[in-house]
Amino acid sequence: MFDSGSVAFMLVCTMLVFLMTPGLAFFYGGLARRKNVVNTMLMCFGIIGIVGVLWIVAGWSLAYGGDGSYSFLGGFDQLLALPTVAQLQAELANPPADAAYPSVVDIAFQMAFAMITSAIVTGSLAGRVRFSFMALFMGIWVLVVYAPLAHMVWGGEGSLIGDVIGALDFAGGDVVHISSGVTGLILCVIAGGRRGYGVMSYRPHNVPFVALGAGLLWFGWFGFNGGSAFAADGIAALAVLNTVTASAAGLLSWMAVECLLTGKPTLVGASTGLVAGLVAITPGAGFVEPWAALVMGAIVSPVCYFAISHLKSRFGYDDALDAFGCHGIGGILGGVLTGIFCVPELSWTEHGGLLYTGDVALLIDQVVGIVVTLAIVIVLDLVIAAVVRAILGGKVRVDESDEALGLDVSEHGESAYPAFSGLD
Amino acid sequence: MKRITAIVRAEKLEVLKDALFAIDVRGMTIVQVQGCGNQHGWKEYVRGTEVLLNTIPKVQFDLVVADAQVDRVIEAICAAARTGEVGDGKIFVAPVEEVVRIRTGERGVEAV
Repeated sequence: MFDSGSVAFMLVCTMLVFLMTPGLAFFYGGLARRKNVVNTMLMCFGIIGIVGVLWIVAGWSLAYGGDGSYSFLGGFDQLLALPTVAQLQAELANPPADAAYPSVVDIAFQMAFAMITSAIVTGSLAGRVRFSFMALFMGIWVLVVYAPLAHMVWGGEGSLIGDVIGALDFAGGDVVHISSGVTGLILCVIAGGRRGYGVMSYRPHNVPFVALGAGLLWFGWFGFNGGSAFAADGIAALAVLNTVTASAAGLLSWMAVECLLTGKPTLVGASTGLVAGLVAITPGAGFVEPWAALVMGAIVSPVCYFAISHLKSRFGYDDALDAFGCHGIGGILGGVLTGIFCVPELSWTEHGGLLYTGDVALLIDQVVGIVVTLAIVIVLDLVIAAVVRAILGGKVRVDESDEALGLDVSEHGESAYPAFSGLD
Repeated sequence: MKRITAIVRAEKLEVLKDALFAIDVRGMTIVQVQGCGNQHGWKEYVRGTEVLLNTIPKVQFDLVVADAQVDRVIEAICAAARTGEVGDGKIFVAPVEEVVRIRTGERGVEAV
């Protein structure tokens, strides 16, 4: 039976998740250099256009179409969302017993997920990658990687990761954060570092933008995790509570690490820590108790801090705005911890968390789910990147002189702050 | 006439402005500048990565005064902008050939 409370709730959640992508544009834009801020933000806004169109054309169908007979992807029966209105009329005439809202809501809700996931990737590309490379790669990526992965995790019976392996992913640890973070890592290795990376130091050009973006992401995340209960019910409320709990703990533990290691807490650090907390709780938001959310948030920030401040310089990859350090690492940690802290009664599978059951089955499923996600994403990313590189004649990056000038002017002919000289 | 250029700590902007008004200096041009001298900058941390800032934001005052005023103005600037720590800034004095007030066409000291 349809329940108007759940319909209303899911519509609001859809809008909240949508807001995350413009929010991320500010988060990334503030972290970028002033000569690259338009490019950085436009990558996020461009994604909204690219993914919005492609989701209707094929993404929704590839992720959630079909009759569930494929393990790897949905189907081809919902291309262009053609059956939507007929389906809606059928559902209204004869409401399905197991659905709280019409399936049309899901098309929009899941579209917003595809947008934010794709936008997260762009953080690793900031400052040197051609806009055309980003647009082509992400357009193919959302159809070839994201949509099938969403099916594999959330496609219900028969889906590879969610059912066959039995890994839990409440709101998108595997699908959203690991997939985008790892893709960011691969692309930044393929693109190479920014000119002068490791020689000169970069710093955020607008810290209040970073905080503004973090705030918008934070607000949107309530829809992201809360809406993943797919009903206006107690589980949604638990997910929302765990979301704010883990992010608060992540914010505090990041500032604590900073105080210990550098002596002073920073606003960029607090913003990064709260996002890391949000990432960590995402796979377990509706599965764990609030105290466990506290623990997950408290652990994730030191781990991400270490990844960003040490792994990056150790291995020399230039993940410019830390898409991998925040989302990849935080998503993996959250997925593993869900295998430990999941309350058995709330689990979607017959297995509960190690802590409650003493049984490592779920933990193993979680790790296998993460490893399979990593393998699929890495292989497909390498193939897509090779194809797109070939299409663009091998040119992934802008010319060195254009990079020095800044991508705002060289890629877009648009300056973010032309008033600097007072001559406009 | 002399042009006095004083580069001082950014946080001395208001103090120095008030000190100059107090000795009846009417005209000044103030710009934000970046630079370095004996002061070596500082470290910031971005997500745990050290960022060295070796040019420091300062405020530059430019004023033109009659020759007889120069010592008084320099004393006032030193008194207002000095902390005794490295980084208090510098004062440069240079001759000025001509001054013209655009509105009236007055020239020389009258126009200052």
